[in-house]
Amino acid sequence: MSRGYWNSYVAGAALGLVLLASFVVTGKGLGASGAFKRLSAAALHSASPTWAEEHANMAGYFSPERGPLNNWLVLLAVGVLLGGAAGAITAGRVKVETARGPRIDRNTRWLLALLGGLISGVAAQIARGCTSGQALTGGAQLALGSWVFMFAVFGGAYALAYVVRKEWI
Amino acid sequence: MDLPLILNSGFSQGAELVAALVIGFGFGFVLERAGFGHAKNLTSIFYGRDFRVMRVMFTAILVAMLGVYALDLVGVMPIANLGLLSTNLGPQLVGGLLLGVGFIVGGYCPGTSLVAVASGKLDAIFFVGGIFLGVVGFEVAYPAFATWHQTGGLGRVLLHEYFGVSSAVMVPAVVLFAVGAFAAVGRIERRVRAGLTARGVEP
Repeated sequence: MSRGYWNSYVAGAALGLVLLASFVVTGKGLGASGAFKRLSAAALHSASPTWAEEHANMAGYFSPERGPLNNWLVLLAVGVLLGGAAGAITAGRVKVETARGPRIDRNTRWLLALLGGLISGVAAQIARGCTSGQALTGGAQLALGSWVFMFAVFGGAYALAYVVRKEWI
Repeated sequence: MDLPLILNSGFSQGAELVAALVIGFGFGFVLERAGFGHAKNLTSIFYGRDFRVMRVMFTAILVAMLGVYALDLVGVMPIANLGLLSTNLGPQLVGGLLLGVGFIVGGYCPGTSLVAVASGKLDAIFFVGGIFLGVVGFEVAYPAFATWHQTGGLGRVLLHEYFGVSSAVMVPAVVLFAVGAFAAVGRIERRVRAGLTARGVEP
């Protein structure tokens, strides 16, 4: 028997307090896509060190004292994985399955998940952040561009929702 | 004592990484409890059935915003001490639209996909793999649009500065906007669910 989810407003308030704690301790907000960028940078650097060190979008990541993975955002993502696992385990909600609607087969869902992830990876690089690094963090700061970003996310998803409805409903 | 704590000389690089791990743990735990480890809970907002995603997000923004601006007001943590996000409208608009597309096609955003992986969701593993492919592809193609990506930024612009009002006006206005949005989506949600029940469909 799995335990229920928290009330949305309670969960939202708890999330807000986590974000506020992040500001108060480190001066920075939350972020998830930064860790993906750091890991990709590390992989690209091992493939071609000179190319990576001269790359305009990641040149700063390879100082001799501090590699690309010795970073706040990477540890944050490790924490998210651990916290997510702790939450799922203590609620009895760990279940190996594929999340999908009733009208789509498993393999198509996997393919679309890969495609959606790919688009999200590009998107977060273009916007310099994702739902956590831009929308939540910049939203709470009242940063203009982060609010534009947040409405754009909802806009992009609503615009395409009808097209992919068989994936979910 | 100055806030944020990191400004104090005793706060080492190691302490920062431990703080990141602890804060990340809290972040992941709360996302899981919110129901964000399952793609169907995340996407049903886009079919009007469950606005959980918006309620959680807006409530989180309100709570953190009120905290940040209250600490700024009493002078404990001036907002200039925070790493404020810069505004770069073109990339933020295009990136936001694309992230929305990735969200509805893939079922997650980067943070929630990690929680879903930790909850055993196989589709989330594909999503995470896709993110890596996307980021690596972006970096390889980067020279082609580096100029667009790096120019035209407005720097650090806050909403109240943009609208020419004080934060004492903007913060309550954002609260009112969110409360109005909660009321509006509640009405939509009830109507959609009633329609589904009438057709005998499980919402």
